[in-house]
Amino acid sequence: MKKHWHDYLWILSLTYLLLGFFNILFAWLGLLCFFIPLLFAGIGGNKGYCNRYCGRGQLFGLLGGRFGLSRKKDVPGWMKSKGFRYGFLIFFFIMFFQMLWNTYLVFAGAKSLGQAVTLLWTFKLPWHWAYHGTLFHAGVAQFAFGFYSVMLTSTVLGFFTMLLFKPRSWCVYCPMGTMTQLICKLKNKEVQ
Amino acid sequence: METTARKKRKAFVEEHTCVACGCCVKVCPMKAIQIWKGTVAKVDQTTCVGCGKCARECPASVIEIREVTV
Ligand code: SF4
Ligand code: SF4
Ligand code: SF4
Repeated sequence: MKKHWHDYLWILSLTYLLLGFFNILFAWLGLLCFFIPLLFAGIGGNKGYCNRYCGRGQLFGLLGGRFGLSRKKDVPGWMKSKGFRYGFLIFFFIMFFQMLWNTYLVFAGAKSLGQAVTLLWTFKLPWHWAYHGTLFHAGVAQFAFGFYSVMLTSTVLGFFTMLLFKPRSWCVYCPMGTMTQLICKLKNKEVQ
Repeated sequence: METTARKKRKAFVEEHTCVACGCCVKVCPMKAIQIWKGTVAKVDQTTCVGCGKCARECPASVIEIREVTV
């Protein structure tokens, strides 16, 4: 099938992850993966981002498909249940707000900058090599560490479910995917 | 009249569990699938040839290929 420029956006996703190893401030770019899908859903009432421009989905599709790193088995039933998908979305949001709160504390001077990336909301990985001081407030860096943690965690989770199940299993419970579908449903008044 | 009836394979989406990711759309050689308003995948039964590519690709495994009489 004919390839389009947007079939190569997985390169951007990969670059994003790599840049975070060198300078954590690049993590801010990840906000694009939050705002673009929301704009598609909120304004267009569609999932144009998922359907076309999501580099992360493409990356899993490529690694699991072309590179054969996936067992290509069906995801378990509970994983595609509404309960799990919405539950995971809520959990993701809570952790996201906790990260924002943490950033706020650093901005307010109540906490010092933690130069670590938290994987799976639990494991603190030292990451000081990617921080070289900044012209900006330490809070700017704190947000970068927090946001990169979110991105890395979701990549790791997605990677494992790619190995175990179908290449793009992450798309089944991806919070952005669930949220944009929900927005589209509400917008199109299709919620039963 | 019934002698012209034939069985054909077509894709069916289990709509309430479709996550509207669009993976199926990308692989369909007939361009027979669309994501309807960002909510669910819809198969155009007239163009679908039942090849099953979408069903293999679907991460949620919610597409079934069924035989229908046309
Ligand atoms: S569900 Fe998530 S990972 Fe999959 S295409 Fe949509 S935004 Fe990307
Ligand atoms: S690949 Fe499956 S879950 Fe995704 S839009 Fe198509 S039918 Fe729905
Ligand atoms: S079965 Fe083949 S032709 Fe029919 S919708 Fe799926 S990919 Fe397209």
